[in-house]
Amino acid sequence: MSNNLYEIAKQKILILDGAMGTMIQRYKLEEADFRGDRFKEHQHPLKGNNDLLSITRPDIIKEIHRQYFQAGADIVETNTFSGTTIAQADYHLEDAVYDINFQSAKLAKEVANEFTDFPRFVAGAMGPTNRTASLSPDVNNPGFRAITFDQLVTAYHQQAKALIDGGVDILLIETIFDTLNAKAALFAVQTLFEEMGRELPIMISGTITDASGRTLSGQTTEAFLISMSHVNLFSIGLNCALGPRELRPYLQILAKSAPFMVSAYPNAGLPNAFGGYDETPEQMTDAVKEYLEMGLINILGGCCGTTPQHIKAFAEAAKAYKPRQILTESVC
Amino acid sequence: METDCNILKLSGLEPLIVTKESNFINIGERTNVTGSKVFLRMVKEDRYEDALAVALDQVRGGAQVLDVNMDEGMIDGVKAMTTFLNLIASEPDIARIPIMIDSSKWEIIEAGLKCVQGKSIVNSISLKSGEAEFIHQAKLIKKYGAATVVMAFDEDGQADSYDRRIQICKRSYDILVNEVNFNPNDIIFDPNIFPVATGLDEHRNNALDFFNAAKWIRENLKGAHVSGGVSNVSFSFRGNNAVREAMHSAFLYHGIQNGMNMGIVNPSMLEVYDSIDKTLLEYVEDVLLNRKDDATERLLEYAEKVKGGGKKKEEDLEWRNQDVKERLKYALVKGLVEYIDEDTEECRKLFDKPLEVIEGPLMDGMNIVGDLFGSGKMFLPQVVKSARVMKKSVAYLQPFIMASQSGESKKLGKVLLATVKGDVHDIGKNIVGVVLACNNFEVIDLGVMVPTEKLLDEAIKQNVDIVGVSGLITPSLDEMVDVAKEMERRNFKLPLLIGGATTSKLHTAVKIEHHYSGFTIHVLDASRSVPIATQIMNEQDREKLQKETRAEYVAMRDRHNSKKETKEYLTIENARKNKTQIDWANYTPPKPTFIGTRTFVDYDLAELRNYIDWTPFFQVWELHGKYPTILEDKIVGDEAKKLFADANAMLDKIITEKWLTAKAVIGFFKANSINDDDIEIVANNKIKILHHLRQQNKKAAGLPNFCLTDYIAPIESQKEDYIGGFAVTAGIGIEKKLEEFQANNDDYDVILLKGLADRLAEAFAERMHERVRKEFWAYDKTENFSNEDLIKEKYTGIRPAPGYPACIDHTEKNTLFEILDATKEAEIILTEGMAMYPTAAVSGWYFSHPDSKYFGIGKIAKDQVVDYAKRKDMPLEKMERWLGSALNYQ
Repeated sequence: MSNNLYEIAKQKILILDGAMGTMIQRYKLEEADFRGDRFKEHQHPLKGNNDLLSITRPDIIKEIHRQYFQAGADIVETNTFSGTTIAQADYHLEDAVYDINFQSAKLAKEVANEFTDFPRFVAGAMGPTNRTASLSPDVNNPGFRAITFDQLVTAYHQQAKALIDGGVDILLIETIFDTLNAKAALFAVQTLFEEMGRELPIMISGTITDASGRTLSGQTTEAFLISMSHVNLFSIGLNCALGPRELRPYLQILAKSAPFMVSAYPNAGLPNAFGGYDETPEQMTDAVKEYLEMGLINILGGCCGTTPQHIKAFAEAAKAYKPRQILTESVC
Repeated sequence: METDCNILKLSGLEPLIVTKESNFINIGERTNVTGSKVFLRMVKEDRYEDALAVALDQVRGGAQVLDVNMDEGMIDGVKAMTTFLNLIASEPDIARIPIMIDSSKWEIIEAGLKCVQGKSIVNSISLKSGEAEFIHQAKLIKKYGAATVVMAFDEDGQADSYDRRIQICKRSYDILVNEVNFNPNDIIFDPNIFPVATGLDEHRNNALDFFNAAKWIRENLKGAHVSGGVSNVSFSFRGNNAVREAMHSAFLYHGIQNGMNMGIVNPSMLEVYDSIDKTLLEYVEDVLLNRKDDATERLLEYAEKVKGGGKKKEEDLEWRNQDVKERLKYALVKGLVEYIDEDTEECRKLFDKPLEVIEGPLMDGMNIVGDLFGSGKMFLPQVVKSARVMKKSVAYLQPFIMASQSGESKKLGKVLLATVKGDVHDIGKNIVGVVLACNNFEVIDLGVMVPTEKLLDEAIKQNVDIVGVSGLITPSLDEMVDVAKEMERRNFKLPLLIGGATTSKLHTAVKIEHHYSGFTIHVLDASRSVPIATQIMNEQDREKLQKETRAEYVAMRDRHNSKKETKEYLTIENARKNKTQIDWANYTPPKPTFIGTRTFVDYDLAELRNYIDWTPFFQVWELHGKYPTILEDKIVGDEAKKLFADANAMLDKIITEKWLTAKAVIGFFKANSINDDDIEIVANNKIKILHHLRQQNKKAAGLPNFCLTDYIAPIESQKEDYIGGFAVTAGIGIEKKLEEFQANNDDYDVILLKGLADRLAEAFAERMHERVRKEFWAYDKTENFSNEDLIKEKYTGIRPAPGYPACIDHTEKNTLFEILDATKEAEIILTEGMAMYPTAAVSGWYFSHPDSKYFGIGKIAKDQVVDYAKRKDMPLEKMERWLGSALNYQ
């Protein structure tokens, strides 16, 4: 399958899905939906733990995946953004982490298999966790760390293993705001590959937090690229925090220097006064067309606020364009 | 894929890309406990703040990679490495560059690799303990995403010959590339730099073997780089810095020629290769390249001679042998003052009249300086140094000239300079004075805060050819308009030069030029002052220049006036309706840790030093570019480096000898906004009103018309809110040193000191704001980095200063100073023009609201000005004058 993915990526711009959270919100779920039967007796509130829905409301998660595939996505992301022991600790659900990832992968794969018109892939989403390995949460103690590299490696190793056991085709380390977290994820994934004796394509997606052009942990886009390039990635790109227009200059930096595929899945604009996202599929498509015309990207999708309508518009727009030429040799 | 390109890519917060074209990469070495006793003590005593200052110094000194080593028996290396690297990660100025994790213990290296988000360098691994361990470590380094230094070391020991070096490097390379699949570009060989001139025959080839091995590696091991610790080579000459410095730079020169492209070097222990005394260089190179049998003996013998004396005297001797007229010229061009009195005296005896010394060799020298400056081969700091030499020489001759009563000097022209009334800033004006004096103009400097009347009276009395006025704060712009009007009224014909940081060609054209029928021209910087003044002194040139300038200014004025009308303005009522929307109901303003004021007497300058923003410092000297890249700039880099070194040397003295005292007062006050644009505060149990202006130009949909008052909770919200104020200075006591320098005719040091005091004051403001956020208002303390928090910007709050774009009204400083009692507490005086003295001072407001941001008021309309004057109880005419250039009407 993986070879196939590389071949397909040379032919066309791959379409990634859009937001999961935005879609789940539409279902206006209650505490009981999140708990299902299995967590009925759990001591802590679970509403808002979207990853858990893969176990308790698989029907909804499958339906969302289906809508994105129908919209033309080549790749959907598993519902596992917070599927690490570190992130699930907020809900005291560390023990459910394996099942969350395994079930999420399995059901996404089942939906992918419903489609036979062209190859569909499932990427196992590995989020940033809610802790940072290079920043201190305590301003009075800048040397303090709420999480260590080793703890991150353990957590990511467990998540990646469950995702692969559940059948994902790709691993996607995403919304990276601290490069050291992502380096720990890469370390874990490489160890896992060594143990399995086989490898999956890895996608990397960083987050530029604002107009400073830097990640939250302070790196410029180019420094971020260099810090991630020790592994032979399938792709590197950017997502979240910014709308498609704001993201463009940083994509240009990646497009110029990355020896991998380049991906982009921006938010539907900058957040409005209520924290929502306003850009319509038409508005966003106008903006991402710039990427396409400039030949910046190989993979295109949406992050916060995007819907199947956005993805459908992207898929249609992308048909007319060739993917970015990957740099097989850097310019001397 | 990139193998052939030899590109080593590293990163801290920013990338460092080493290509074939890159210059030598400096690795900072002072954060190494094995190499620095001082640093070791800091780590042992847990003084990590000091340790960070060392790291910052390295970065600011030009280190491109920072070597960190914690190998010491008495400290827990894993813990020290982790702590220090974590702390570095929180200092963006340091974390900018990649780290070299340096240890002989693998567990320390691994601990370091777990702390760095960038791509760092491991220093080092080798075949010392066999292939299995080498492969294991290399695999892990690759997995952590780092490059590595590989020592030429194997199971039999350290490579000490050319053959052993290349054999071990080749073996290491093959294992790394073929078995570990290591990126060849990420391999950096250290083929061992050993001491030379030890007296032992087997050491004779040590340097040469290194050079040859470096060359072989670069030619045969594709992609790999070569590094080394340079100071080892001169081990035999400890205590003789002249020889060591020469040896290091000669070694580097040959190393680089042979492909060495990075190294651990102390930049202060390096002499410029071209400047090494030729004899010394020959002897050193004889040793390094093993060219002569008795090379070591000859160098040792010579070393005795230069011992203690150091490089300078040796260098000096050469030019001291020249004819005295040549020596004077040389001293002028090089800016050397040491011998100027004796040379001037010697020269004086050669001529009939002392004046001829000035008109002869001194002017010849200054002409060379002028030419070099004009053609961009010399830079302002050098010119000022040259002027210092000139002034000293002239000062020496002065009594003799007086005695001989011999006629007047043949100057090009007489220029009268002054900083206008109400303003105390004079760095730029001083520079112009120096540069003009260097170019044979007689300069009369009236100093600062010069009233127009005095300026014009003096112009007549001194019979000058040109009048030049300068100023930095915005009210000075209006003073200049007054100068022009007054010159017209008094029927002046003299040319008027306008200069200073806030002045511009456009302002001169639109606001000043048409008030004066004589000749008004804007002078962009000191380097432009000479050609303009020179043209003015030649009648034909002057006519042409005047005509062209006037035509240009008239065109600019017309264009400006016609454009202006197209801009749309809102009424002040409508602008207020479009204020910044803040949901006060759901916001609780943070409470400061104290209410009232707090004074800081004698703040630690050493701490402020780390907060200096150097870029504006270089701008003062007309060296343009961003620090620190300016130090590597192809054109001005060398001069910037020298200036930077002089500045840091002076900073050392400022701090250790306490030339300057820094004082500050800050305060927090209960505050609520009232009537849209005013802020009501309680200070000392009295109610005071702070007044602010609001943007009035029509904004794009969704953009508010900003006013600083928007960031304070309105009284109707019933929320308790606060505003802060501050006044800081780093210039107390500056007069004493300035007088000392002036007495010595040392303009260079005058300008340097003033510039540094300004930088320290800005650094003080920056540091104080940081402490306010973290400690005193302490609203950043609660940061806890949940997912939503993380997407926000790091720092919240602003510190706008009255007179700057968000609050352009200088007169609000009166209230600020009153509530802080700043003149008493921080010893800062407000002039009638609302300039602060000492000039190295910053004052302003603190706003804490997360939405608060900097903006510019832009132009405002008459309805607001009328309303504002009423609110401030100030006559409209006076108010209009203060707001001068911000009015959208005449």
